[in-house]
Amino acid sequence: MSDAPLVEIRACNFGYNEARRILHDVALDVPRGKVVALMGGSGCGKTTLLRLIGGQERAQTGTVKVAGEDIAALDADGLYRMRRRMGMLFQGGALFTDMTVFDNIAFQMREHTDLPDDAIRDLVLLKLQAVGLRGAAALMPSELSGGMARRVALARAVALDPMLVMYDEPFAGLDPISLSVIGQLIRRSNDALGATSIVVTHDVRESLHIVDYVYLMAEGRIVAQGTPAEMRESTVPMVQQFVQGEIDGPVRFHYPADDFGHALGLDHA
Amino acid sequence: MPSVSTMLERAVNGISRSGVLAIDAVRRTGAAAVFMARVLAASGTSIARPALTLREIYFSGALSLVIIMVSGLFVGMVLGMQGYDTLETYGSEEKLGVLVALSLVRELGPVVAALLFASRAGSAITAEIGLMKATDQLVAMEMMAVDPIARVVAPRFWGAVLSMPLLAALFSALGIFGAYLVGVRLLGVDDGAFWSQMQAAVDFRQDILNGVIKSVVFGIGIAAVATYEGFAAPPTAEGVSRATTRTVVHSSLLVLALDLVLTGFMMQIWG
Repeated sequence: MSDAPLVEIRACNFGYNEARRILHDVALDVPRGKVVALMGGSGCGKTTLLRLIGGQERAQTGTVKVAGEDIAALDADGLYRMRRRMGMLFQGGALFTDMTVFDNIAFQMREHTDLPDDAIRDLVLLKLQAVGLRGAAALMPSELSGGMARRVALARAVALDPMLVMYDEPFAGLDPISLSVIGQLIRRSNDALGATSIVVTHDVRESLHIVDYVYLMAEGRIVAQGTPAEMRESTVPMVQQFVQGEIDGPVRFHYPADDFGHALGLDHA
Repeated sequence: MPSVSTMLERAVNGISRSGVLAIDAVRRTGAAAVFMARVLAASGTSIARPALTLREIYFSGALSLVIIMVSGLFVGMVLGMQGYDTLETYGSEEKLGVLVALSLVRELGPVVAALLFASRAGSAITAEIGLMKATDQLVAMEMMAVDPIARVVAPRFWGAVLSMPLLAALFSALGIFGAYLVGVRLLGVDDGAFWSQMQAAVDFRQDILNGVIKSVVFGIGIAAVATYEGFAAPPTAEGVSRATTRTVVHSSLLVLALDLVLTGFMMQIWG
């Protein structure tokens, strides 16, 4: 296996339109076999970065390489070939609502392999057993709780044993037990599959427990990086504010506005 | 009274607004044409895996059976009453079968069934695709290297196209039966005259085939509008709701416009 990072991003700039740039000169590496967290406040460009890695968007400048291949240079077939080796967990789960839990997990196997039904059944049950939901195979997504739906989405993301798994806000909106379960499942499935994982999150406590490396983003830039221990001990104000959850700091509490006294008409008094 | 410059400004704004609307309409038409080309190009999956299309025929066609059949029956019964009332004036009530059959097979069957189909199945297709988009299911599919146009859109498109002529035929059949119940059983039109005159007057090519052609074209129109509106819907609750409304309004208007054009052509060709 090559020692080169699985994901390499260099001098990456991106915006959905010219007026508003989302990513500024982003550079990061995701080493093979590791779980890497992309942390940062809402709207800082974390999910956009995942979209660039998955080839849903293309960077205006800079390169995004996965397994040594430049994603922007791939044609449609090449991109689909690459995506077969990727798994993604969406923030809302994005389970197919017209299929049972079983069929959701079996979906990619049926679409991309010629496996007989018996083998697919066994594989699906294995995946569901790993997330503790074998008993829920016949349920529809609408019958699942938020935590269960996230676990099914996780099982679906790793259904074809991908080389790279991307998790978009896997902890959002979960109760503490489900949150811990999802965290452990991410770590365990990464190690069991020998995969590489990118976890986009703003949940500091849970993610610092399970990841190997952290990139902290703010306003489309990587502002800090390091191991969880380094992040906890960092004296960089931005990191401190994020790790400690302080209300005000380098990331301002107030959206920019004119002087409050002036707005209330008090400067004439 | 507003000054000349204000009136001029209002006029310019009005022209500007209609320009924006016209450009938007052209843009949407172009986008819909590109979308349809993509659907046709991705239709191989619907043929290679007929189970996908059959499932959509069930959802679009089979689940529309009740409204289509009940409406057909009632329209036929009303047509029987109205037709009898008029024909009786001229002593030609035995022609009731001909009147009802031609009205239904040529016009009412395809058109009314299409309008009902647009409301019942077209809106459902738009809402389903739109909600799948809003809940990231289509993006998830793309990320699994599965083309959502081939897997989700094309089967729904062909399911609707194939259902439409069958539903129109059922509408006409139930309509004729409704007219028979009212005309023959209730109002006393001669049973033999009702059916034999119908058999003699209804031409397969000129009447039945034209009706089938119309319903196929309407089916293509409704399926195209419904799938496009769903796929292009903004991924919000409001976006999906507007797209669903647009499907019903646009596809209904499209059916009426296509009917006018097709009838014109058919009269020219067969008449």
